[in-house]
Amino acid sequence: MSDSIAQAATAVNGSFSDRARTPRSGLTAATLALTRDLRLAFRKRGQLIQPLVFFAIVTTLFPLAISPELSRLRDVAPGVLWVAALLSSQLALEFLFRDDAQDGTLEQYALSGQSLSGLLFAKTSAHWLLTGLPLALMAPLAGLSLGVPVGAVPGIVASVAVGSVALSLIGSMGAALTLGVKRSGALLSLLTLPLAMPVLIFGARATELAIKGESYGAPLELLGAVAVLGITLAPLATAAAVRVNLE
Amino acid sequence: MVIPANPSPPELRSTQKVLEAQNLHLWRGDRHVLQGVSFRVSRGECLQITGSNGAGKTSLLRTLSGLMHPEEGQVLWNNHNIREDLQGFHADLAYIGHEPPLKIDLTAKENLHYWIGTRWALKPSDITESLERVGASTWSERPIRTLSAGQKRRVALAGLALMTVPVWLLDEPTTNLDREGQSLVGTLIEEHLERGGLAVAAIHHELSVRTTALRRLELARE
Repeated sequence: MSDSIAQAATAVNGSFSDRARTPRSGLTAATLALTRDLRLAFRKRGQLIQPLVFFAIVTTLFPLAISPELSRLRDVAPGVLWVAALLSSQLALEFLFRDDAQDGTLEQYALSGQSLSGLLFAKTSAHWLLTGLPLALMAPLAGLSLGVPVGAVPGIVASVAVGSVALSLIGSMGAALTLGVKRSGALLSLLTLPLAMPVLIFGARATELAIKGESYGAPLELLGAVAVLGITLAPLATAAAVRVNLE
Repeated sequence: MVIPANPSPPELRSTQKVLEAQNLHLWRGDRHVLQGVSFRVSRGECLQITGSNGAGKTSLLRTLSGLMHPEEGQVLWNNHNIREDLQGFHADLAYIGHEPPLKIDLTAKENLHYWIGTRWALKPSDITESLERVGASTWSERPIRTLSAGQKRRVALAGLALMTVPVWLLDEPTTNLDREGQSLVGTLIEEHLERGGLAVAAIHHELSVRTTALRRLELARE
């Protein structure tokens, strides 16, 4: 194309600088990624309530299997609540990035010029809002059915809320690493469960202390530390794993 | 598979938008997919990549985009290796792969809002106009799951038209499109070139780009 034709065409259609759109900030892009996932989740409600139903079933069946004696149930309540919460949050993990990998959304995220770790962190945040937060809100009800005193409710909500942040972040790394594996559920559990052990231990300890009416600050702070470590490192590791899987 | 670079005065190189592949070698397992591919595409040019199935067209596009790492060789954007500033290169890039990157539970408008909106601020009218442009306005409010493959492709083209970036990498952009749709792809590419952009497109059949800036690269299977 000669220069004169190129100039004429530019005058008609506008050059890139004339047509340039305002680039999104990383924060706005991440907010859009998060709201999109929330909107999609509410259009597929079956998938949305699956972890909650699982959590409710497990915590309801335990009293039937062990004993209706409240003092005995109260002793096992921290373990029951936390194992159920851990496995419930695992349920939705397999699908965290799978659809996006299949339909090319992850590719577009990787090529968007935005921070991939920021966008994936937004997706993980959506996962927590859709599973971790509802689990934290539901845990007191399950706890009450296990004979937990009402005074322990704030401690249970706080520990499950903070612990589930860490679980979502640990899970996001596993989900990214197993993207290329068909029926990756077992492998995903194998990868993430060892990393989730500190969360399970500190979470169950915080819940136990809350039930006994003692100060649960120390294990809660340790849970918070794991969550902060996850927020700092997990998005970077997740983005690196996604990039490897996109190759 | 070496296409001679278009002669251009050295002093223009730094200001021209140029995408250059230098001696790309890519292995997938024991397959040597790209065997020393070199070419240069400047602004206003379109490189059409052809070749039989499995010849490496998609791999080449993914390597150019930075998604794949070649074992040897490099991709240069304005004379800089794209690996030096991958995020910066991606800000100048639009890539449409085999499948339109659309969510089946969202409408066409919602898809464009989230997909393109992640990169640039868009007005609702921008999206409406773009969908009208590609003849997709009548189904713009329907969930993608209810659309045919050709209709989905048109929605993806509406997304492409909204991207004001100099580099377009297109993998089979005319797949599932009727003749009118195929011609639309040609028109969009041509307008992009006239604005000073460049395009690399993997297309099996004749690309209906009227510009004289069309060049071809045929990839041979190993």
